[in-house]
Amino acid sequence: MVRCFLIHTVCPISALSAGECRVLYSRVFGPDEAVLSEELQELNPEERRLVQKEKVAVVARQVHSAVTLSREASGRQLVEMVPGEEVLALQDADSGVARLRAGDPFNEEMSVLWLGVQSLGFTLVCEPHENLLLAEGTLRNLTRHCLEHLHMLGPGSEVLLKSSRIDVLLSRLLPHGQLLFLNHRFAQSLEKEVAAYMAK
Amino acid sequence: MYSHGSESLMKQAREIQEPELQKFYSRLVKLLQGKELGHETVDSLQRLHLILSATKYTRTLPSELRTRLLSLLSSPVEQLQVLSSAVLREMSPLSGEELNYIQENVGHLNSHTAALLLSKAGTRADLSSVCVQLLRGLDNRPSEAPAHSLMHTLPVLNTILTHSPECLTEDHITLLSKRLVDWLCYASTVQGGGASSGRFFTGPRSRQPVPIAELDGSSVSGNFFTVLCVGQGFTEDQWMNVYSFSMLHHWLLTYHSVSIGNSTVETANRSQLSLSHSFSNDDRSEVDGSLVSMVSATSSSSRLLPPKERLREKAFQYCQRIIEQSDRKAQKKTDTDLQKACLVEAVCILDCVCVEDASLVFRTFPSIKGLFGRLSPDLSFARVLLPIAQFYLNHGEMAAVDCESVWKLVFGQFPAELFNDPFLAHELLRFLRLNLEKFQLGVPQYTHFFPNLLKFLAWDSPAVVDDFVDLLPSLVTPVTAVELLHTLLDLPCLSATLILQLRSTCLPISEQGGRGLLSLDAFRNPSFRGLFLFMLRGEAGSGDTIDRLSTLHDLLAEAADWPRVVHCAQTVPVLLHIYFSTVVMVADEKLLAHLILVMLERSSILLKIPTYVKEIHRVFSCHLLRMCKLWPSLVVDQSHELVEFAGISGNVYSKEELYTHVVWVLGEYLSVSCDSRCSVRLITSCFETLEAVLFEITSSGTPDGTVCPAPRVITTLMSALAKLASRSHDLIPRVSLFLSKLRTVTRSGSVAWCSDEEDLVAIVTRGEELWSLLKAPGVAQSVLTPSHHITTPQWHRDTNVAMPLQLRALTSLTHPQ
Repeated sequence: MVRCFLIHTVCPISALSAGECRVLYSRVFGPDEAVLSEELQELNPEERRLVQKEKVAVVARQVHSAVTLSREASGRQLVEMVPGEEVLALQDADSGVARLRAGDPFNEEMSVLWLGVQSLGFTLVCEPHENLLLAEGTLRNLTRHCLEHLHMLGPGSEVLLKSSRIDVLLSRLLPHGQLLFLNHRFAQSLEKEVAAYMAK
Repeated sequence: MYSHGSESLMKQAREIQEPELQKFYSRLVKLLQGKELGHETVDSLQRLHLILSATKYTRTLPSELRTRLLSLLSSPVEQLQVLSSAVLREMSPLSGEELNYIQENVGHLNSHTAALLLSKAGTRADLSSVCVQLLRGLDNRPSEAPAHSLMHTLPVLNTILTHSPECLTEDHITLLSKRLVDWLCYASTVQGGGASSGRFFTGPRSRQPVPIAELDGSSVSGNFFTVLCVGQGFTEDQWMNVYSFSMLHHWLLTYHSVSIGNSTVETANRSQLSLSHSFSNDDRSEVDGSLVSMVSATSSSSRLLPPKERLREKAFQYCQRIIEQSDRKAQKKTDTDLQKACLVEAVCILDCVCVEDASLVFRTFPSIKGLFGRLSPDLSFARVLLPIAQFYLNHGEMAAVDCESVWKLVFGQFPAELFNDPFLAHELLRFLRLNLEKFQLGVPQYTHFFPNLLKFLAWDSPAVVDDFVDLLPSLVTPVTAVELLHTLLDLPCLSATLILQLRSTCLPISEQGGRGLLSLDAFRNPSFRGLFLFMLRGEAGSGDTIDRLSTLHDLLAEAADWPRVVHCAQTVPVLLHIYFSTVVMVADEKLLAHLILVMLERSSILLKIPTYVKEIHRVFSCHLLRMCKLWPSLVVDQSHELVEFAGISGNVYSKEELYTHVVWVLGEYLSVSCDSRCSVRLITSCFETLEAVLFEITSSGTPDGTVCPAPRVITTLMSALAKLASRSHDLIPRVSLFLSKLRTVTRSGSVAWCSDEEDLVAIVTRGEELWSLLKAPGVAQSVLTPSHHITTPQWHRDTNVAMPLQLRALTSLTHPQ
C-alpha cells in the first residue's frame, strides 16, 4: 500500500524563508496508524490529527533535504520551465528513494519515493515490500497529471484551490493507496474519466 | 511554481479569524440549502477544505453544516462526494449517529465515502464493519448499481488487511479466495464496453465479440486474460482482474503465512518472507490434507483443492503466464515498463507461493532459471533480477541449483556498473539487509565484495548511509578488517574516482576546459591507471592498500570541494565509529595491534578536505583510547611505533588530537603492571623522547613563530613524563628539574609558547602538582601508576572489601542516627 502522497516545496523559494518547507497537498490513505497501535491510545482525536500532520511534515522535510543534497551533488542547473513544458519538466526531474526507519516517523519501516520538479516535490510513502518499479511509474504518471491539470508550472494557486481534482486523480490511479498494474489501454480509460471530471 | 500569491493564500487560510469563519459557515449552510448546487457552492466547499487542512489544529464545524456535508456523500455529482469526503476527513471522528446515517442513506458504499470511513476508523470494530458492508455489496449486488461500482472494493479491503488483517473472518477469506480465483483466471477474453468504440453504425456485424489482444498485437488464443492484455474497452470482470492481481501479493503474504492472531508477527512475516509452512485453520483442508499433498504435485485436478490452495495454484498459473507475456515486444513504451514491473511482481508472488508450498519449487524453477538466463546480460533489467536473486536465495538450496553466477551478478556486476542508480542501490541494499543472516550462513563470501558495495555509499552517501549503518558490522571480519579500514578512509577518493569514471565515459577525450581538468587527465593517464583501478576494484583480497596512495591524493586534490565528495567525507567518521566498535569484538590482539599501526600511518595520508582530517583524527583518538583500555598490553607491544610517532615534534601542531592521545596512552599503559615485557630501558627511551619534544615546544621560539602548541599537549606531556618517572625513580630528578625551571620561566611574565594567560596558569598549576607529588616517590607511584585492583574495583566480589561494606550497610540500617 501507499501510505501517503504529498506535494510540497523543495528548494529555496523567494516566498518562503530558507529551509522552510510548505506542504501544498497531502493525502494519507487508510486509518490513522496511531489509532490501531497500543502506544498512542491516550491521545484524543485532535491530538492524533496533530500527530499525523506532524508526521507528514517530517516526511516533507526529509525529502526537502534529500532533494537539496541530490541537486548539490549532481551539480545540474535548474532551468525555469513554463506551462506547456510539462513533459520536459518531468524528464528533467530529479528522482530518488530513501528509507524511513521504523518509528521515524511511521510505526513501520517505509520507503519514500520522490520526484523533484523545479521547486516542488512529489512524494509517495510506500510500504517497503511494495513493487517500487510500479510505484515509480505511478508517481511519474501522477506528477504529470498534476502538473498538467493544475497548471503547476505557472504562478497560480490551483493546487490549493482545486485540491478535489487531485483527490479524483488519486481515486482513479491510486485508489485508497493501491498501486495498479495498468497497461496503456486501462490507463487511457481512467485518464479519460479524470479528464472528463477536470473539464467540469 | 509556489508564488507569493499561494503563500499569502495559505496564510489567510491558517489565520482566518473566528467571526469571519462563522460568517463563512453560515453562508455555506445557506448555499447548501438551495436546490441547485452550482459553482459558487463548489468553490466555497473547496475554500472550506483549504481552511481546514491548512492548519494542524482541528476546527469545529457547526452541526448543521456537518449534517449537510454528510448528505452530500450520497450526491449523484461526484465533485460533491469528493469535497464532502475531503472536508469531513479533516474533522473530528464521526459520531455513532453519523455512522448510522451513512450506513442507511449512502446505500451502496461509494469510493469517497469508503475513504472517509477508513480515515476516521477509531477501532478495529469500525474497520470490521466497513469490511462487512463491502463484502455484502460484493455478494448481492443490486442490478441497478452503476458500472465500476465494485472497483474500489479490493483496494479498500487491501487497506483493511494492511492495518488489521484479523478483521476478515475465515468465511470472508474463503469467499474472497474464490472470487479472486474467478477474476484472475476466468475473466472474459472478449473486449467490453462497445459503446466507447465510437462507431457510428451499430449493425449486427459490429456487435460480434472482438477478442482481446496481447501487447504485441497477436491474439490471446485460448489463454486467460491478464493485466498484459489489451482491448478497446473492458468488461467489469476484466477490471477486477487488474485489481485482483494488484493486490494478490499482499493477500498471499497476509493470509498464507503462519496464521497467528498477532498483527505484528504478520507484519514481520510480510516483510521478511520467512521460510515457514502454513497450517490452515480451515477444517476442510485438514480433512483434505492427504488429498492436498497428493494433488499439489500434479496441477491438473485443481478443482478438488480447498479455496486457499486453489488460489495458490491459480496465482502460480497467472504468474507463469505473465512471465511468458513479458517476453513479447510491446508496442508502447509504457507497456514495456509495465512488463518489467509485472515481472518483478510475478517473481515475488512465485517466491511467496513456493515458500508456502515447497513442492511448487520444482515446477517454478525452470521458468525462473530461464528468466535469469534471458535477462542477466541486460543491465536494464537489473531491478527485475533482484527478486530473482531472492528466489534463488530462498529455494536454490532445495532445488540443488548453483547460485554462484547469481551472486557474481548481484554483488560483482551491479554495484560496479549501476552504482549511480538510486533505485537499484536502495533495493539491492535492502535485499542484503533483509537476508543478512541467510547470507552469513549460506553465502559468506559476500563480505569479499565490500569494495563494490561501498561504491553505492561513495556515490550517494546521504541516501544510503542509513543502510550501511546496519550493514557495515557484518562486513567487518578478521579477514577483511584491515583492507576495510583503508577503504573507508579513502571513501572520498572512491567518490571522486567514480565521478571521473563517469565523466570520462561521457566527455570526449579531446575536450578541454570545464571542471575536473587535471584530475580527469590524470584518470586517463596510463601511468596512473593502476592507482585508479585499485580504487575501482570490486573484490577484496588484492592488497590492503597501495604504496602510492599519497600520489593519488595529490592527483585528486581538486576534488576536495566537489559536493558529492564532501557529502561522502561527512559520513566517513560515523561509519568509522561503527567499524571500530565492531572490530574490537571480532579482532584478536594481533589484529588490533595492526590496526593501531594503520591509524598512525594513515593519520598523515588522507585526502585533504577541510575538517575531514580533523574529524578522522578525532575518531582515531577516541578508539585508540578504547582499544588500549581493553588491551593495555597493546601499548608495550606497539611501543616502538607509538614512541616514534610521539617523537616527531611536528605532530604536536599538525595532529594535535591524535598526538595528545598517543602520549596519554604511553604514559598510562607503558608499565610492568600492564605487560611484563616492559623493561626499564623501554621506559627510559620513551621518557627521553617525550622529554625532548617537551623541551623543544617550550623553548623560546616556535618553528614558524606564529603557532603555539595547545596547552593540553603540554600538560599531557608533563603528566606522561611524571607517570613514567614514577615507575623508574631515577628519572624523577630530571622531571623535577624541568618542572621547577618551568615555574621560574613563567614567573617572569609571558612566554612565547603560550599566548593565553589562563592556559598558562593551568599549565603551571599542573606542573606544581606533579612536582610536589614526585617529591614522595612512593606516593607518586601509587597515584600515577595505581595497581589493578584499585583501577578496576569489584567491590561486591572483592573479599577484602565486600565484608566491611556489608557490615557498614547493616549497621547503618539497624542504628538510624
